[in-house]
Amino acid sequence: MSTVYALLFIVATAVLVIGLATKIAQYARTPAPLKIPTTPAPVTQTGVVMRMFREVVFFESLFKSTKWTWIFGWLFHMALFVVLLRHLRYFMDPVWLPIELIQPFGVYAGFAMLAGLGGLLIRRIFVDRVRYISAPSDYLWLLLLIIIGVSGLMMKFVAHTDIVMVKQFFTGLMGFSIGTLPIDFALLVHLALVALLMILFPFSKLLHVPGIFFSPTRNQVDNPREKRHLADWAKAMEE
Amino acid sequence: MAKAEFDVPELQEYVDVPELVEGTMAHLSPYVAKPVHNTPLGFPGELVDDWHDKVLEKLDDLRSRYRSLQVYLDACVKCGACTDKCHYYLSTKDPKNMPVGRQDLLRKVYRRYNTFAGKYFPWLVGAKDLTRETLDEWYSYYHQCSQCRRCSVFCPYGIDTAEISMAAREILDSVGYGQKYCNEIIAKVHEKGNNLGLPGPAILDTLEGLEEDVFDETGVAVKYPLDVKGAEILLVTPSADFFAEPHVDGLIGYGKVFHEAGVSWTMSTTASEAGNFGMFIGSYENMRRVALRIRQAALELGVKRIVFGECGHAWRVAYAFLNTLAGPFDFLDPRYPVPQHICEYTYDLIQQGKLRFDKSTNDDMTLTFHDSCNVARATRMGDKPGGQFDIPRAVIKAVCNNYVDMDHETIGERTFCCGGGGGLLTDDLMEIRVKGALPRMTALQNVIKEEGVTHMAAICAICKSQFTKVLPYYGMEMDQIVSVHQLVSNAIILTGQNSDEEDADSDDEADGDA
Ligand code: HEM
Ligand code: SF4
Ligand code: SF4
Repeated sequence: MSTVYALLFIVATAVLVIGLATKIAQYARTPAPLKIPTTPAPVTQTGVVMRMFREVVFFESLFKSTKWTWIFGWLFHMALFVVLLRHLRYFMDPVWLPIELIQPFGVYAGFAMLAGLGGLLIRRIFVDRVRYISAPSDYLWLLLLIIIGVSGLMMKFVAHTDIVMVKQFFTGLMGFSIGTLPIDFALLVHLALVALLMILFPFSKLLHVPGIFFSPTRNQVDNPREKRHLADWAKAMEE
Repeated sequence: MAKAEFDVPELQEYVDVPELVEGTMAHLSPYVAKPVHNTPLGFPGELVDDWHDKVLEKLDDLRSRYRSLQVYLDACVKCGACTDKCHYYLSTKDPKNMPVGRQDLLRKVYRRYNTFAGKYFPWLVGAKDLTRETLDEWYSYYHQCSQCRRCSVFCPYGIDTAEISMAAREILDSVGYGQKYCNEIIAKVHEKGNNLGLPGPAILDTLEGLEEDVFDETGVAVKYPLDVKGAEILLVTPSADFFAEPHVDGLIGYGKVFHEAGVSWTMSTTASEAGNFGMFIGSYENMRRVALRIRQAALELGVKRIVFGECGHAWRVAYAFLNTLAGPFDFLDPRYPVPQHICEYTYDLIQQGKLRFDKSTNDDMTLTFHDSCNVARATRMGDKPGGQFDIPRAVIKAVCNNYVDMDHETIGERTFCCGGGGGLLTDDLMEIRVKGALPRMTALQNVIKEEGVTHMAAICAICKSQFTKVLPYYGMEMDQIVSVHQLVSNAIILTGQNSDEEDADSDDEADGDA
């Protein structure tokens, strides 16, 4: 069983890294031939970095849009972020001080994440407009994340897992040596779904993560009159 | 109230987000372009036999040339934030008029043929085969999008449905399934130099007529020059300004401003059109061809500056794309931005104290201002973000005593489209135009009732034409829409005009037809 999981995580990591890198390369390679920032837009590069920061950290546009989605979505993402940071302790020895310090918040974050996800799921089911645009995969993503969250919290509150062993397994795996995992139902579910998430990431709507940084309406400087902006394929027309 | 073959929505105090009703607008499609409209633009005359493969090829081609398209097809998380932001959804309840619903028409095909999940598990991710019905559905709903970009303001990733609908229209054009209205107009620009197909002599005639009118009214010989070599400024303005109300009153205003500034200026027959419908159909090639006329005119006439008249999408192409499409403009005076908007020009003169106004000439009106979508969300004026909102308002306030804004949720970057932008300003789409105007009409009605507003000013030829047609459907008068430079024209005091400024202040002078 441990070997299966070890291989699963090696594959999942490879798919995630290679898949995302391919997508990012595709986005980076594709030119944006015209200046299309949604205005009012920043007129300097620093301004654009600030705009992007507000989008990524506060979901500024979503905040303008719908408060409920913003509350649930932001809660879920921020909590996810804290949870991910907390998980770093399984991959480093000794554990970095800031990661040590956030450990106590990690548990609250786990619940906050579930609350956010629950809100998003309810919205998806009950708001007719959101239901209309949802494909089965859109529900499944939320369910997947909810089950990951629940199984994670179960290990904390219901059936304790030997996390020292888990840590040894993952730090070992990072040096490509296969250790043993505790055979706990919650842990196995948790890890299998996390691996699934990693594998699906580059082929799904989770591409919003690299996507936001490449969105021309958000990442362009509003200076078309000052600076000529020309894509290579457009330049070819001039010759 | 004008007659209609469809239900005109009733104005309420607010526009509530409706429950969706599928298919309410499925019946509406604009006239299809004929070979005569398509071939001058470089498109196949009519729907080609191998459209299926050609559509998919074109989609691949566009994805490799437009980052926006590629990223936007991938990134949407179906969060629903945009679903209640489109004026066409709010007024028609049709879920395919929700921005994401509209995008999905193309996205489901992209997913089916270009993504792993869609190839092997189409039902899981809502991927669909490309069929003849898909094509018709694209044709219908991508011509119910005015490319106003309101949705892109609210999407957490800035997904801009306008980019998607431009791409879809380009795909349709590439297989010979284009829209008559846009393609016919672009063909006219290529051939005649303007959207209306007005020949040079007709323009000259009109301009001479204007000179006479202004002289009769003011006693001042304001010139409206055409094709004058060596002029300082080239004015490029939408062709509607040459004859239609209230557009032409704006043109009269630009002329008076130039006159008072004491600057030499000219218009051009080659570039007798600011509009560029190449943008609406997403065709870089056609947009570029249309834009190059302006460069050519500037070179031929040897001007130093280019100024654009009041037109929304034209200002987008001018402000955001002209340098790209037809630049570099290093042969023009580097002290001024290329191009400038007439509002920027007038505003600068006001700041410098070079213009004098008698604001009381506009006292019979209480004004509000409609931010046109392309100006609001795709351009700027002046050097600060948001200048596109402040500068036109500053100009209006400099020439009018009575001004109020509409509900803040409906102006500025959140402005609602007039309903007729993006190549929809054609009679065959009247139903969607009238319905789409609902949010703007509601906000206008509210300031009419609460603040005594009598007129709405705009700086877009499409908005002005659209409102002229649509206001009567909502029980308002067609002449309640005015040009900003019409207000300037009313109030400006020309040096040496009939009743000179001393008694202009005492306000007893006949103020023309204002
Ligand atoms: C740069 C980092 C990220 C940013 C800026 C971001 C932003 C957003 C935003 C604004 C939304 C829409 C609001 C909502 O529905 O919550 C969203 C949705 C979503 N995000 Fe992210 N996200 C990020 C990272 C992630 C990661 C790492 C995951 C998962 C591992 C994730 C999973 C999701 C899911 C599943 C949804 C859809 C929620 C729903 O169904 O309503 N996001 N994201
Ligand atoms: S661009 Fe405007 S018309 Fe088109 S979907 Fe978005 S909000 Fe609607
Ligand atoms: S707001 Fe953006 S991400 Fe959300 S559903 Fe609309 S297009 Fe998709």
